Amino acid sequence: MLAFTLRRAIQAMGVMIAVGIIAFSMFRFAGDPVNQMVAIDTSAAERAAIRQSLGLNDPVPVQFVHYFANAAQFKFGVSYQFRQPVADLLKERMPATLELAICATIFAMVFGILMGVYSALRRDTLLAKIFQAVSLIGISLPTFLIGILLIYLFAVTLGWLPSFGRGEVVRLGWWTTGLLTVSGLKALIMPSITLGLFQMTLIMRLVRAEMLEVLRTDYIRFARARGLTTRAIHFGHALKNTLVPVITVAGLQFGSVIAFAIITETVFQWPGMGLLFVQAVQNVDIPIMAAYLLMVSLIFVTINLVVDILYTVVDPRLRSTISRPG
Amino acid sequence: MTAPVLSVRNLKVEFVTRHHTLRAIDGVSFDIAKGEVLGVVGESGAGKSVTGLAVIGLIDPPGRIAGGEIYLSGMRIDHLPPEEIRRIRGKRIGMIFQDPLTSLNPLYRIGDQIIETIRTHSNLSESAARKRAIDLLAEVGIPAPEKRIDAYPHEFSGGMRQRVVIALAICAGPELIIADEPTTALDVSVQAQIISLIKRLGRDHGTAVMLVTHDMGVIAETSDRVAVMYSGRIAEIGPVQDVVQNPLHPYAKGLMGAIPTLAGEDKRLVQIPGSMPRLSAIPPGCSFNPRCAFAFDRCRVERPEPIPHGTQAVACHLYDPAAKENVKETAA
Amino acid sequence: MSDAVVPHQAEPSAPRGRAGRGWLRRALESDVFYSFRRSRLTMVAAAITILFFLLAIFASVLAVQNPFDPAQLQLMNSRIAPLWTADGQSPFLLGTDEQGRDVLSAILYGLRISLVVGVLGVLFSGALGIMLGLIAGYVGGAVDGLIMRIADVQLTFPAILIALLVNGVVKSVFGNRLDAMNMLAVLVVAIGLSFWVQYARTVRGSVLVEKSKDYVAAAQLIGLPAPVIMLRHVLPNTMGPILVIATINLALAIITEATLSFLGSGMPDTMPSLGTLIGIGNNYLFSGEWWIVAFPGMALAALILSINLLGDWLRDALNPKLR
Repeated sequence: MLAFTLRRAIQAMGVMIAVGIIAFSMFRFAGDPVNQMVAIDTSAAERAAIRQSLGLNDPVPVQFVHYFANAAQFKFGVSYQFRQPVADLLKERMPATLELAICATIFAMVFGILMGVYSALRRDTLLAKIFQAVSLIGISLPTFLIGILLIYLFAVTLGWLPSFGRGEVVRLGWWTTGLLTVSGLKALIMPSITLGLFQMTLIMRLVRAEMLEVLRTDYIRFARARGLTTRAIHFGHALKNTLVPVITVAGLQFGSVIAFAIITETVFQWPGMGLLFVQAVQNVDIPIMAAYLLMVSLIFVTINLVVDILYTVVDPRLRSTISRPG
Repeated sequence: MTAPVLSVRNLKVEFVTRHHTLRAIDGVSFDIAKGEVLGVVGESGAGKSVTGLAVIGLIDPPGRIAGGEIYLSGMRIDHLPPEEIRRIRGKRIGMIFQDPLTSLNPLYRIGDQIIETIRTHSNLSESAARKRAIDLLAEVGIPAPEKRIDAYPHEFSGGMRQRVVIALAICAGPELIIADEPTTALDVSVQAQIISLIKRLGRDHGTAVMLVTHDMGVIAETSDRVAVMYSGRIAEIGPVQDVVQNPLHPYAKGLMGAIPTLAGEDKRLVQIPGSMPRLSAIPPGCSFNPRCAFAFDRCRVERPEPIPHGTQAVACHLYDPAAKENVKETAA
Repeated sequence: MSDAVVPHQAEPSAPRGRAGRGWLRRALESDVFYSFRRSRLTMVAAAITILFFLLAIFASVLAVQNPFDPAQLQLMNSRIAPLWTADGQSPFLLGTDEQGRDVLSAILYGLRISLVVGVLGVLFSGALGIMLGLIAGYVGGAVDGLIMRIADVQLTFPAILIALLVNGVVKSVFGNRLDAMNMLAVLVVAIGLSFWVQYARTVRGSVLVEKSKDYVAAAQLIGLPAPVIMLRHVLPNTMGPILVIATINLALAIITEATLSFLGSGMPDTMPSLGTLIGIGNNYLFSGEWWIVAFPGMALAALILSINLLGDWLRDALNPKLR
């Protein structure tokens, strides 16, 4: 178990270093950092001084180590457009993105599992077919289109929900939350659905497919031959075995949810990291792009690690194979 | 006389596919008495396993029971509503499947699976069920059952897992056990142990056993009677001694001829030419006629019904007393 | 034991008892075609997909104006509602936008851009993926390890993030020297780099299977070029899965392009794709000009839905186990 965790942790570090190299390359080679930081009339001498002070004259490997060491302390440099440390910008925006992503994931899990189980067990009913149709639409419609549709329906036409922003937020230390005010909660509804719809579809399809697969296995047939009740078979045996891969996928998807928030945040003008990133891409604000990449990768890698470990807790087969050395 | 534990009358099972309705079982009848072991033998696809599944009510769509009757100790069970047949499964009929590696849910401790089954079919408390589970594991020969009860399936070897499966099949004290190729997936050395375990359990509890296998060796060792199946029908049925030593049906003759004997007689192993017809292309008349060395005109048009012949019953026109001359003509 | 004595003969399956006469008949009687005919939804989806391709190809004939040509746009024609509403004006069937651009013409031309980027993106990612898959599978060792590790890492990141990053980097390197055609090329590259992994995995798997077969060793023994021979086996084997991946990826590529354009990192306003049009129209949602966003949105949704339906059907038809 420990060896396994350690091995996974080392792999995670490897991924982070690879991403770090990419982020650094972007930072260093995509455009001249000095040009972005100074006015056009800055003298050559001043430019050279800035160049020196940024360490851009050092050998590239030294610069990389320097960059990575800084990044490890969450020092990502200064944004070209905001003239503020990128770390501060990200820290300010992170709560918005995480709250949105968590709400979207909860929405996706709850409805995805319910709909998936239903459509696997009652395959030929009308409702199951409707779920299938919804899932196809959920996969087919681009996120931004769903967002626009929801805004048109619930904000423009009905006027029930706000079309942009987080509503009123409460400050808890450095964290800001929209979960404690009515307007904050109302503001969360549409973005969460928009962001979660794709994952919900994915989870629903996965649950349905896994469940059908599991229901065909010998141990389910044997469970039926033992005369267990349908309920015990479906919701005990089949569901538990179905949920193992589903948990993994849903967990791994959390990283995607955060990345996909880029789109949702743009549609709803949600003041999160994604919106910051999109603006950075448009304005070629490389430090923010690099830092965002690093942050998202860190979240990805951490989640992967946690899911891997969680997986072994759920599945006894892995537990014992893993506890063996090698 | 009491009713046999299992009585199957003219059972028909069909599978409906895109192009055809395939008849996997076509008019099978047999009885199993209390404490008796009936071996069911035949090639893959002959309908042995489907017969077992039909008895326990586990034929899933697109398959269905298309005709006939199944009686368990005199009570008809083939048309019961799902909830009632469910109560019979595991309680009055235990089933053992071929592959012990896949028969157990890998995510549940074996104890939980046994306790769950016991409690489904009785009012025992959790702790009483657990005690019973330990006894069962001991009975099927699992060492240190009070410890092993909390192990997961993957922590057992194949043979041990099959013992667990057997414990699960007998945990509610069934009248009938259906064992579908219980030893096929196991090592040869383990096979004998499992066979003798099944035999002992049948004897100790007076349980009737329907042993489905393609291995005549296993049948010869365990069964009291044997039914030889061929493309969905019983070709021959009778006491195992008689059928092995004096097979009547040409197919059974071929099958027995294919068992190597230790005596080392200079008889060569017989090979039956051709292969069993696919379900979609069963020939008219006797389904064995294209491969039969003794086939005559009648075999190609008329389907033979089982004819009693001594202790055996055989579905072959050769043994029709009304048509003895035919046989002589053909044989000559 | 009787199983071993009598081997099962493989009989060719002739569904309706007729033997194939020529490939056309075989194709028409094949399971794939059967499932196509059986699924009315798939036939509709195929029809819509073909229709969209035709509309894109003949856009310049069908459109009442060239929306990419500023000279043809007149501001006095701006924000006209669709023809069937009270404020409609001929010839603007679906109305016009802020710049006086005919929405229908813009959709036709935008469709063309979306499909060009989608198809080229799929071809590029397919070529890249197949090549890397072949190399990884055939060379093996460290090269294989490196390629597949990159694939693993990349697969955890959503394509949209990769595409946005590629986009941002290209922009930062070339500055504002990119015109609309350059942007199109950038989109194709960004999409190509985001979607190669699945092809590579499929091809690599098939190469590994083929590599272990006897004929490869035999070919090597008598000095034949094993890679060439394997290719002949690998490509036909992987054709089905690759076709499925390509169809589904076409939908994904179109979504990705539309999303990038919507986010303002794709096609510029002067040469809008469907995504750009939706992005523009989104600004007028609150002022009541719903048609500027609604029609491009519907076109995009219908296009993607149809392609996805085709992809779904293709996957099921080529994979009988799932039926």
